[in-house]
Amino acid sequence: MKWSYMRALPLAFIGLAVCHSALADAPKVLLSIRHRHFVPQQLQVPAKTRVEVLVKNEDSIPAEFESADLSREVVVPGKSTVSVYVGPLSAGRYRFFNDFNPAAKGWVVSVPQRSD
Amino acid sequence: MFAAAIIVFREVLEAALIISIVLGASRGIAARGRWVAAGVAAGIAGASIVAASAGVIAQSFSSTGQPLLDATILLIAVAMLSWHNIWMASHGRSLAAEMKALGNDVKTGNRPLTALMVITMMAVMREGSEVVLFLWAIAADGATRLGMLTGGFVGLLAGSLAGVLLYRGLLFIPVRHFFSVTSWLILLLTAGLASEAAGFLNQAGLLPALGQGLWNSSAILSQESAAGRLLHVLIGYTARPSGLQLLFYFVTLFGVYALMRQVGRTARYAQSGPAAKAAGAIPQR
Repeated sequence: MKWSYMRALPLAFIGLAVCHSALADAPKVLLSIRHRHFVPQQLQVPAKTRVEVLVKNEDSIPAEFESADLSREVVVPGKSTVSVYVGPLSAGRYRFFNDFNPAAKGWVVSVPQRSD
Repeated sequence: MFAAAIIVFREVLEAALIISIVLGASRGIAARGRWVAAGVAAGIAGASIVAASAGVIAQSFSSTGQPLLDATILLIAVAMLSWHNIWMASHGRSLAAEMKALGNDVKTGNRPLTALMVITMMAVMREGSEVVLFLWAIAADGATRLGMLTGGFVGLLAGSLAGVLLYRGLLFIPVRHFFSVTSWLILLLTAGLASEAAGFLNQAGLLPALGQGLWNSSAILSQESAAGRLLHVLIGYTARPSGLQLLFYFVTLFGVYALMRQVGRTARYAQSGPAAKAAGAIPQR
């Protein structure tokens, strides 16, 4: 039993490292939270690609980037930036909102690439 | 102030619903109140630590620290809820019988109580960290935010009250059916939390989505509506589920159900002897 744990643990870490290096290659898009609202409200991302959305909270009050459509939920502390990976998505519109401020909402718009 | 009250109310309600259902499900077990209280205290402490280190967590593991932590908390809750339910499948019957006969609580040892404490702690920690973060930022912002802070505490009280009301409501169910109702509630709750954990594991990049948004029932019931949110907490309703979420949901649902059936059948067999019934003891296999 002991041996299998000792083997499994480093393997798990290697797995994590591989996943993270794959994530690092994802194209980045910026989404700001300014005066408690999302800028831009329509965030274009390429379809069928994993994308890193950098959610930058410019306010001092924390926000929660949440999307039921994308099953994503991340707290963004005040004056900081947090990455959220989304996709690969099929073309379409996906709603997101700030769970700490119901008035703030927006859409991820997934657009097919020319090569598709 | 009203907006702040709603935000905090929603977070507190989620934890309160989970706690009141497990409190109901463990009805009749002596000293469970103290263990749940310990779980709430530990959860608040954990939530404060998570909130205080939110910035650090967000940046760790190449920005996947938050979803990894969420998935871990949820999976611990799933494991404990499953264990609790399987345990109740073998002991619920004798608990109900003893409660009826003696009219008071039954001593069972510490195992189900440990599970109860951990479930409470996880629920409070997950929702509480967001509440702490939200209220803290408002408080730090100065006196102009006093209204929002008051709203936050109103939300906190209202959410807790809703939990108490649900618990009181559950107690109206006749003892004969009580544990089968609560075990179904917990089973659905557990499957829902497993599917939520699947969402976070995908968010962290550990597992593929297996199809993002296999269907979309937002038009029928939006997950952002009050009813949609409530069903999301109680049975894991997701308007646009991924393949991975469905897989986690149904594997948990059928897996735990199969184990409950198995254990329940063994317990019924053991209880058919009058000596076993009197003692309320179930031999371990």
